[in-house]
This record gives sequence, C-alpha cells and structure tokens, in this order.
Amino acid sequence: MADPMRIRAQAAGDKTTVRVLMSHEMETGLRKDAAGKAIPAWFIQEVSATLNGTPVLTAQWGPSISKNPFMQFNVKGAKAGDKIAVTWVDNKGEKRTDEATVS
Amino acid sequence: MKRSTLYSGAAAAMLAAAALTGCATGPSSADLDREVLAVMKASFRDQGIAKADRLNQDPGQSACSSDKPLSEAVAASIMADARATLKWPAGGQYIGDWREGEKLAQNGRGMTWTDRSTDTASNGGNCYNCHQLSKAEISFGTIGPSLYQYGRNRGVSDPASPSSRAIVEYTWMKIFNGKTYNACSNMPRFGHLGLLDEKQMSHVMALLLDPKSPVNQP
Amino acid sequence: MRTILVTMAALLGATGLARAQVKSAADGIAEYRRMLEDGNPADLFEAKGEALWKTKRGPKNATLEACDLGKGPGVVKGAFVELPRWFADKLKVQDLESRLVTCMETLQGFNGAEIAKTEFGRSEQNDVTALATFVAAESRGRRFNLPQAHAEEKKSYEIGKRVFFYRAGPYDFSCASCHGEAGKRIRLQDLPDLTKNPGDGIGFAAWPAYRVSNGQMWSMQLRLNDCFRQQRLPYPLFGSEATIALGTYMGVNARGAESIAPAIKR
Repeated sequence: MADPMRIRAQAAGDKTTVRVLMSHEMETGLRKDAAGKAIPAWFIQEVSATLNGTPVLTAQWGPSISKNPFMQFNVKGAKAGDKIAVTWVDNKGEKRTDEATVS
Repeated sequence: MKRSTLYSGAAAAMLAAAALTGCATGPSSADLDREVLAVMKASFRDQGIAKADRLNQDPGQSACSSDKPLSEAVAASIMADARATLKWPAGGQYIGDWREGEKLAQNGRGMTWTDRSTDTASNGGNCYNCHQLSKAEISFGTIGPSLYQYGRNRGVSDPASPSSRAIVEYTWMKIFNGKTYNACSNMPRFGHLGLLDEKQMSHVMALLLDPKSPVNQP
Repeated sequence: MRTILVTMAALLGATGLARAQVKSAADGIAEYRRMLEDGNPADLFEAKGEALWKTKRGPKNATLEACDLGKGPGVVKGAFVELPRWFADKLKVQDLESRLVTCMETLQGFNGAEIAKTEFGRSEQNDVTALATFVAAESRGRRFNLPQAHAEEKKSYEIGKRVFFYRAGPYDFSCASCHGEAGKRIRLQDLPDLTKNPGDGIGFAAWPAYRVSNGQMWSMQLRLNDCFRQQRLPYPLFGSEATIALGTYMGVNARGAESIAPAIKR
C-alpha cells in the first residue's frame, strides 16, 4: 500500500554498507492544520533488517525522526548476492518490507 | 491557456505570412514590450489578498522593468514624482521604540497571498531579508547595503537635535518612498504604498538612529 | 536547520568576528547539504515517476511511453535539458510540466485543464511532479542545450526576459530584484544571478528538488509559483505563458551548465 523503500547494499571487504530511504509522512501529532485541528500522529515505531533471513538490526523510532527518513548502517559477514530485507511498522499498525541484493 | 493558443495561432499566421514574403525579421522590441503586458495579464489570477490588478504598473515600475539604465530625464521625473508623495509623521514623531523596530525588522510577513489581510498591523518590515542591522543577527541578506552602525556612522548622538535633522529626514524619506533618491531602487515604498504606518516606521527609524539601538552599539 | 545556525553562532560568538561567523554559518549549511546528498528523498519521487510513466492509466488505459518530450516519442534521456521548446502539435513552446500534462491528455485521456487547475500537492498534480522528477533524473549530469532555432523559441526567450524584469506589486519586485546580480543573498540563502549562466547545478539546473524544510518535492512550476508569492504578485497559472517563457529565459542563459536535478535543498 505505502510507497516502496529504496535500498542499496554495497559490500567492501567484510563490511557491507546498507542505505535505506523510506517513504513515510512521519507526523508528530503536534502540527495543526489550517483550521487549527491537530494532525494525528503517524510515524514509524519499529525498523528491522535481516540478512538472508537472520535479524541483524532493530530500531525503536519516534516522532522526532523526519519525514521520508534516510537510514544507513553497516553489517558484517555479508557478501555479494546476499539478501537484505528492511521492514518498518508504524503506530497505525501499517507495515512495509522491501528487499535488496548486496552488490 | 486559451489566450496563449490564440497568440500562438496569430504568431503562426504571422510567420506563415512572413515566410511568403521572404521576410526574416521577428517582432520588434517595442512589439515585445507591448506583448508582455498581455502575457502577464493572461498568466495570473487573484489569490487571497494578492489581486491580479497588482500587475498594473505605475510609470516608475514600468520604466524600471528593464536591464538597461534609465535616461537622466526619465530618472529625474520618477524621483520627482516620488518626492511629491512624501508625508512627514504627525506631530513630528520620527523616532519610536527600537525594540519594536527590531521586531519589525525580523518580521518578513505581509502582503503575500498567504497573509490574511493588507492591514499594516499584519505587515513586517522585511528588513533583515536584504540588510545587515544589529551585530547579533547573523542571518541577514546582502541585497541592500549594511545598515550596521547606521546612526553612529552618521554622527547621530541625539536624533532630536537640530544637527541630526537632515539625516533624520533623509532616513524617513528612504523608508517612506526610497524611489526619491534612486528611481529604480529595490527598496519597497513602505510609507507611500501603506505597507507600514507612521508608528511602525518610527520604530524602524529608532532601530537605525537611536544611540541605544543595538545597531549603533560600538 | 535553526539548531545548526544557533550552535555555530554560539561556538563562534566568543571570537566577536562578525564576518567569520557569517562565513562559517554558510560553511555549516554547505556541510549539512553534503551530508544530505546521499539519501535524497527525491529518489522516491523519481521511482514513483518512472512507475507512472510505464503504467497504463486514465480513461484510455495507456502508458506515457509514447510521449514526445521533444526528442521523439518515448525518448526520455536528454529531454529535460532541452526544455522548454517548440512543439508543432500544440503550436506553442512548452516546458516539462505543461508537456507532461499534454501527454497525459492526448495519450491517457486525462483532462489537462482540470490538472492545470489542481493545487500543487493534490491528486494528479502529485503525479505530474513525480513524472517531472523522473524525466529530470534521466538527464542527470547532462548540460543544458535548449533549442533556439524556431522563431517562437526565440520569442519565448525575449518574453521571458521581459517577464524577468517586470516590476510590479506593492513591493515593486521583479525576479531581477533578487536574481539580477551576482553574489547576493536573502537572509542566508544565496541567490544565483539568473540573467547569466550561474554555473553547474545552480538555479535552473537544480530544479526539480526535494526541500528538506517542508518535506516536499518541488517542480519548476511550483518554484516559480512560490517566487511570485514572495514577490507579492498574484497567482501564476500553472503552465502559463509567463512561467514557460521564464523557463526558456533561464534555460537558455544556463546553456552548458550541468543539470543536477533532481536535487536536494534546505
């Protein structure tokens, strides 16, 4: 339903750098619309990543993370051809998973 | 959208006619000057307080709509027109409160279609957008000259004294209608066009001329 | 953004060097921009635009893959750096967005006038923005080379130049008031001189762009719209002749400059 993430994973020796760009409004719940009504909070609460199915990262996020967030992390022991999957879950219970191949 | 097609159609017909006669010249510069007025009219609409009639140019705006400098005669005429609009403040209240002046200088709101009213109470002076003023404010523009130390540099130790009168009046004129001194000045005509009222302008005057103002601290 | 400025000011306040403070604030912003270059959310809009280009949509249930952006039907690479240009099928000079709307109308059956009237950020305007981002991305790194062979293209340049210098409204502002001189800035925002070639990746060569401050993808039509708002002028119609002519003026002046669109801005 939500727009896809853009994931790039590049291996350099033992270190693989993964960059993820997520499409999400990340509303804090503090902004008000033109009529003065608060816009409901809507933000990613949890991010997790797996390498070939094995969990390698979990993150707890909150409303201070910006709109369309960008995340970068390094993972050890990955090689070209391995699969990186990233999942986010937001406070409405919506989730999205996207995959990329390590190059 | 419709009107553009009409012009393009007319232009195409003109080109076709020109091709037949073997003429290779396009529209003259004067033709284009005339045509842009129609293009502007057809390209904009009202939105909020920003009405389409804002596109109607007064002689000064029209003469200054060019990359070429004005002739001396035209410039003199525009500056004379500007000088004639001048109104001195009621009761000779040139200098207000520099604290209010600083607030006005920081305030970039007013007169756009996202502003709610054209009342002067809704308007800021927009000063820091183009000018440096106090030393503490590093977020200043350079479209206009630095006004840091404005009063101090001009030897104004007491704006009420007769020796400061000329500078006080000059400064008021610059804010009221800057075109008095420079026909094509980038300075908006705060007084003449009712962007700021006399009280607000006196606060900006204080920011510039009051020896206690942060602008004039050594 | 504000936090970075305040921090820099606090760090350098002790030295009392007003000029050094300002330079470092600009350096701080430049550093912030470099940090943002990787992970430009414009990529998300580029991906969305590419999908829209290749998806069957509209009453005619067709893709945009036959759209002629000036280099022949379906040719996307290199099209961005040659727009605005003359299109014989519409008998007018069109910019990227007005041309996209034309293709959405003729190929897919959408109502072009309705799309033009739709506010930025709503319904099909979002699709036009995403498509513009995609088309711009396909010319990344190429240099501007707008055609000026056709009489209407030359005229568009001349009209655009006059629009650029048109002083009006309660502030007497024209585009030239801010963009008519080199080396100026408004507050701390550098202003490119658009009467000349401002250099690679600057001015016309930097839009469409993702604006971090409001999390929005801005096309050239929206950038011009907000310029006119700040100039205290009335509302420019989407795809109007004035806005297209300005694109021609800026694009021709930028001949040879490298496009970095879609870029990232504060």
